[in-house]
Order: sequence, then structure tokens, then C-alpha cells
Amino acid sequence: MLVHSAAARRVIHAVFFLLFVPLFALPLLVIATASFAGGWSGALPSAPTLAHYRDLARGSAPAALATSLLTALAAGAAALITGTWAALAAERLGRRARRLLDTLFLLPVAVPSVVVGLALLVAFSRPPFLLNGTPQIVITAHAVLVTAFAYQSVTAALARLDPAYAQSAAGLGARPATVLWRIKIPLLLPSLTAAAGLCFALSMGELSATMMLYPPDWVPLPVQIFAATDRGSLFTGAALAVLLMATTLLVLLGVSRLRTKAAYR
Amino acid sequence: MPDPHRPRPGRAALWALPPVAALATVVLYPLALVVGQSLTPEDGGGPTTAPYTAVVTTAAFQDALVTTVLIAAGATLGALLLGLALSLVIAFVPFPGGKALARFIDLFLAFPSFLITLALLFLYGTAGIANGLWTDATGAAHGPLDFLHTPWGVLLAEVTYFTPFVMRPLLAAFAQVDTAQLEAAGSLGARPARIVRTVILPEALPALAAGGALVLVMSLNEFGIVLFTGAKNVVTLPVLVYSKAILDGDYTGACVVAVVNIALSAALYALYRTVTGRTRRTGRTAHPGRRRAARTAPAPVPATAAPGGASRARP
Repeated sequence: MLVHSAAARRVIHAVFFLLFVPLFALPLLVIATASFAGGWSGALPSAPTLAHYRDLARGSAPAALATSLLTALAAGAAALITGTWAALAAERLGRRARRLLDTLFLLPVAVPSVVVGLALLVAFSRPPFLLNGTPQIVITAHAVLVTAFAYQSVTAALARLDPAYAQSAAGLGARPATVLWRIKIPLLLPSLTAAAGLCFALSMGELSATMMLYPPDWVPLPVQIFAATDRGSLFTGAALAVLLMATTLLVLLGVSRLRTKAAYR
Repeated sequence: MPDPHRPRPGRAALWALPPVAALATVVLYPLALVVGQSLTPEDGGGPTTAPYTAVVTTAAFQDALVTTVLIAAGATLGALLLGLALSLVIAFVPFPGGKALARFIDLFLAFPSFLITLALLFLYGTAGIANGLWTDATGAAHGPLDFLHTPWGVLLAEVTYFTPFVMRPLLAAFAQVDTAQLEAAGSLGARPARIVRTVILPEALPALAAGGALVLVMSLNEFGIVLFTGAKNVVTLPVLVYSKAILDGDYTGACVVAVVNIALSAALYALYRTVTGRTRRTGRTAHPGRRRAARTAPAPVPATAAPGGASRARP
């Protein structure tokens, strides 16, 4: 306890909430409330309505949601496989080679997302890879951007893993493939599901690289939200944003349940 | 420990080959092409720095560079101060529900940045809540707030979005501060400000530096927040890359700006990795006196089971 006087503590807590509530709690609350409001230019929203959601159901929002989900699933799966594979391979390498691999796989974090988009656009608009204008280029971009996080969280989990399990199994004569499949992967499962959730959430909200790449028939939710707010339909944008947040949350909650399940195995 | 099945180094490298090949195809090869294109003039011909001179001398580029650096520096400073203050309260002036708040902040990180700008448009936009309150109260035709389309609006959104990235490592570092030291300092008569300065801050400095460097890199690369404010006069380097490539179709110019942006943020990211690498090595030594010795020692142990190790999994 740093502050002993009760009065001083009350003042500090008051200041804390004065900063915290408008900065962090209000934004998400405002978006959620506005999506149900007909108008909002006073203290409270007016004309409660579901019209924005009804419009979404009729418009292109279901397609955008499906696009986002498919992109996030495909990119997340690709990132998880590549990242896990690389992390497992890095564990067996020497120190210098491992550092090289680390640098290589963390490089996309240091490169601005917009530039990742530009680079893919430049590279895949010419032979031998012609992907410009296809959904695959968007999925590739998302996979590039989230692989670093998968690699990093699996590497951290591998470092925390008790080597005794794998060593005992190997000592008892299990082949490396068996050790990997029966010991390491099951022990890594909680981290893998957590990494999958992270990749999925990041991909669902990706806007920067997508803006550079998306073809007209593959418009993910964030681009739709931008299009709505850009033409001044803030309330439609808010409803779309709630759709995005709810989907992300649902998947993250599902993953965290998976994680506790995995912990009991 | 002898391991009968430990593969030879050559085979281990072979196993690393597929993911590296995949990465080379979708990251290294495209980036190399970007650098190549930035050195190729419009009319073809050999590599030349002419595109750089052409872009760098424009006022648009210079303005964007200054704006980017200023906003990034401001956002980093703001996020550091705010994150430090909020984390200090959560960790050392605890209140019921503080832990839940820390978790709420984690949730914050799951959402994309541009949602903050969207919320700010409702809160402080020209037809927003704050201005509505003002016009209702005073009867004026317009509210006083009209800053969202200026750099200040971008700054407010970035400080809000990036503060949690500072709080995460800080809260992990604060959890490792020995409370007995605080009690001792307090019973010896040190006032809270002095305890924070002389006991808590030295312990949290590596985490603070790591958080700050990360926010600096992320704010240099931020695109969604700036795009959503719809401000025509706030142009940062990523926005310039986007507008040159997509709106103007000037790929060579976009590549030049992209290379500058990569150089800037990669240098800062390398700094961040150095700082966090140092944190990992020294973060676990409880005694400040021993820290210097640990820093010079060849660190054989990677980040392992240290408390808060999981929270470092995210850069």
C-alpha cells in the first residue's frame, strides 16, 4: 500500500476514473449504444431503433462478415502452421541460426502494414505470381502480418516447456516424430489455441494492408466500416463495428474455453 | 543431457527450410521488389537514386515526415505518461475491481485501432455528443470542439489506443516489485512521490522503455486511425504510401516513401528488441545491485518461466 490516508486514496481513485472512463470505457460503450440509436447529438441517444441492423441484414454486411471470417480462418491457419513449424525448427538450430530465424519471422512486425500491402501488390502483379485482384492476395497479406505473433507465442511456450517430458519419451525409445506428436504438440495445445485466437482477432481487424489490396468482390468488414463512415453513415458504421467486435469476442471466448479444456488434458 | 535422437545440425536446418522458403516468397521477395522499384525511374533504365531526389524534395513528403515523427513522438510520450499513471494506481493504490480493469485493457487490444476514431467521431465530432451538450446548454449554433480533423484528433486517438500497450509490460513489472521495499521506505518516512521515484521507477524502467519503443514503432506505422479521421491535412508516411499507390497510381513514388518508412521503423524496432532483450535478461534479478553484473554476463537463458513471461509473448 503506497498511500495510507483514505482521503488521498479517494482523490487518486477519482482522478483515475476521470481518466479511465472517458478514454477507455466510453469509446466501446458509445459505439455499442450508437448502433441502436436513430440519432445522437445530445447527452443521450435518441430514437432507439434496430433499423441499422435491419439494413445490415439486407445489405452487403453478411457477405462482408463471411469474407472476414474466411480470410481470418485461412490466414490464421496458414500463420499458425508456418509459425509453429518455424518455432519447432528453430528450437533445434544453433544459437546463431536461431537468431537469424527470429529476425526473419519478426521482420513483418517492423514493416508498416501498408508497406506489406504495397510489397505484395508490387510482387504479385507480375509473373511468376499473378495474384492481384484475387482473394488469395488479401489472405496472404493477413497471414504475413499475423505469422510473427504465432511464431512468437509458440517460441515463448516452447521455452517454458519442461524438457524432461520429451527427454524421457526419447530415452524410452520414442522416435522424434512420436515425441513431437504425442508429447510436444499436446503440451503446446493451450498456447496453440491462444495463438490461434490472437491471429484470428488480428486478422478480423486488419485494415491497413487490406485497403491496399482488396478486390471489389472480396471486401472484409473493416473496409466496409471505413466505407460507411467515409460517406457519413456513422450509425451504420457503428452497427458494423459491433458486428466485428461481437464476432471477434465470440471466437476469443470460444478459444479461451478451448484453452481451459486443453489445460485439463 | 545426451539425446539419442537429437538430429544432426544439417537435418535441423533442412526442417527449417519450408517455413523460411514460404516467408521468403511472401515477405523478402516482395520487399526486395519494393526496394528495386524505388530505384527504377519511370522511363526504365538502370538503378538510380533519381526517384528519391524527386520524392524527398517535395513539400508533401517533408510535411508527411515531420507530421509522422511529431505525432509518433507525441503519442509515445502521452501513452507513457498516461500508462505509467494508470498502472501505478492499479498496482499500488489498489481498489476493488482493479484486476478486472486490467483484463478489460487486454480486451481493448483485441480490437482494431480505427474503432477508437469511430468512437471519437461520436463523442467529439462536430455533430457529436460533447458539442450537442454544449449547444443544448448555451443555445449556441456550434459546439466549441472541432479538433478531430487536426493532428490533435489523431494524437488523442493514438494515445488512447496505445496506452494499453504500455500498461501491459508495466503491470507485469510492478507485480515483481517487492512490497517489503515499499513498506520499508514508507516506514522510514519517504513520501509516496519519493517511493515512486526511488524504488518503483528504477525497477520498472526497462518495462517502460520497452513499452515506449514499441508504441513509437506502432505509431510510426499507424494507418487506420489517420484514415478514419478523414483529415485531408493530416498526412503521415503510411497515408502517403497509400495515396501515392492507390489514388495516384505512382508506384515508384510509393516505393520510395515505403523504403523510408521501413528504414525508420525497422531501426526503432531493432532498438526495441535490444531493450526487451535486456529486460528479459535482467528482469528476473531481484536485487538492483546484481543487475549490472547480469547485464554484462553472456546471457545463456532465453526468456523462460519468469512471471509475466507469457505477457511478453506479444511484442
